[in-house]
Amino acid sequence: MIVTLLDIVIAGLLMGGIYALIAVGLSLQYGVARVLNIAHGEFIMLGAFITWSLYTIFGIIPLVSLAISSPVVFTIGFILYRTLFTRLRTSSPSPAVFEGKSMLACFGLLFIIQNVAILLWGAEIKGYSYLAFPVDFWGAKFAANRLITLGFAIVFGSVFYLFLARTRMGKAIRAAAQDPVAAGLMGVNISWVLAVCFGLGALMAGLGGTLISMSYQIQPTMGLEYTMIALIVLVLGGLGSIPGSFIGGFLLGLVGSIVTYLQPGLSLVAYYVLFMLLLLAKPTGILGR
Amino acid sequence: MDIPKVISKKPFVLGLLFVILILMATSPLYATRYTVILLTSIFMYVVLTVSWTVFSGPTGYVSLAPAAFFGAGVYTSALLGFVLPLPAVIIMGGLSSSCLALVVGALTLRLRGIYFVMFTFGLVELLLHFVLWWEVNITGTTGRVVPTVGNTMVYYLMLTILVIVILIAYLIKRSRFGLALQSIGECEEAAAHTGVHVTALKITTFAVSAFFMGAAGAIMATRWTYIDPRIAFNPILSFLPVLMAIFGGMGQLYGPVIGAAIFTYLEEFLITRFPYYYMLIFGIIMVIAILYLPEGLVGLTQKLWNRIWGAKHGDP
Repeated sequence: MIVTLLDIVIAGLLMGGIYALIAVGLSLQYGVARVLNIAHGEFIMLGAFITWSLYTIFGIIPLVSLAISSPVVFTIGFILYRTLFTRLRTSSPSPAVFEGKSMLACFGLLFIIQNVAILLWGAEIKGYSYLAFPVDFWGAKFAANRLITLGFAIVFGSVFYLFLARTRMGKAIRAAAQDPVAAGLMGVNISWVLAVCFGLGALMAGLGGTLISMSYQIQPTMGLEYTMIALIVLVLGGLGSIPGSFIGGFLLGLVGSIVTYLQPGLSLVAYYVLFMLLLLAKPTGILGR
Repeated sequence: MDIPKVISKKPFVLGLLFVILILMATSPLYATRYTVILLTSIFMYVVLTVSWTVFSGPTGYVSLAPAAFFGAGVYTSALLGFVLPLPAVIIMGGLSSSCLALVVGALTLRLRGIYFVMFTFGLVELLLHFVLWWEVNITGTTGRVVPTVGNTMVYYLMLTILVIVILIAYLIKRSRFGLALQSIGECEEAAAHTGVHVTALKITTFAVSAFFMGAAGAIMATRWTYIDPRIAFNPILSFLPVLMAIFGGMGQLYGPVIGAAIFTYLEEFLITRFPYYYMLIFGIIMVIAILYLPEGLVGLTQKLWNRIWGAKHGDP
């Protein structure tokens, strides 16, 4: 009984780490750059497929390819914001209009990125085996790659939190999140900071994708499901709060593993029920103001 | 002076609409089978887009629930198709969507902006995964069979719904009802203070717009003959009406109609010519439309029109 319980909790935490990481990326894009990135999952998919290609073709191990895939997705995100979203932002009469339009533009991006990926890699499900040996945890067994995934998710999240809290750039980002106009007047180069934010959000998604590809099967159409999970975590933790995203991620992971244990196949349903109840009861999230 | 002001446009517009309606009503007699099927798809998207615009156009609440309402209609058709006569099935499909919309509308009253968007999209995914789980675990199947009625019949049914939805949309736009909806979109608090019953109005309009989406779903199910949750609650059906409305332009009633017609034709054209690149091209067109056509096609033509006529009459 205790072992099963421990099983469920640890499995939930292992999932939760990835959920938290991808939610932090979305939080940055929506909380600061004001883009509700429906194509967030596509960046996750890109990260996963770049890692897969590097591992199966060149034999570069996933933990090393992090250093290759993350700059790539960062650059894609940065350029997208500098071209597409900056144009939308300057031509929109109000922030609400920009939010609506950028969300729809992201939907177009979703199609574009997904289908470029299908052209490049084919539509079938892919996977590779890396560090798949079991590790014993007081009687419960887990694959080593999942533990590494959790470790890296926590490390990336903490590094990012420190970056926001302690560096000059982080301060500029936080200022831009609070009041873009005032931050601009104080000398923050707003359009540059917002683009960096969007790029960093994409980078977090790419990191998440690499970690996901280590433990799960991947395919070009996997994005939307992860986007929805990131959205749920985001609302769960409160929009724009990084510790909130982490708590939300682990909570959702726990809910997922409990429901999977009780009734496999209903975990996504449980996520959406939780999501909608939360939107109705407390849309600002558990850590939101 | 403006020519349109001197000579009334009304008889021309009515005459034109009448001619178009006659052409549409008689087209199965002379058009090819392919054309009839294509026109049915176009009608379906026009119904979805126009009924989406009825609620979301004036109020500014972006609803991503069309796929949920459409799917509710599809499943009503699958459940009642062998029991009730077809017109009753279609009305039941519409009504079940309306009931769903009433519940959702009542629940989401407090949500605005992006939260409303997320809730409505969550609804689609929730229904999709729930029905999927239900069919596999409780019913023991994945798909269902719907009785067929033939392409021409489907065509006429869809045309009927299309005419009704455009008529209703026109009447709402012209009435005090439409004006009140517009005022909600401009400023909800001010609308409430001037005596508009904001809550009741929003829910009613949401349910009315859902009725036609459900009815369209119930009709389309009879054409597909085999349905499963992923066909019925396809999330793309939530996004396409929004894009079609934006592409056409929401300022005028004919904007969404034109947007849906062109977009559906474009989709059909791309699928047959570039089957491997079709979704890619589709995405690029979407991004370009959002970037460069803020007022939609209608806004663009009006701008061009004003430029040409304005120059002739010395009007800027």
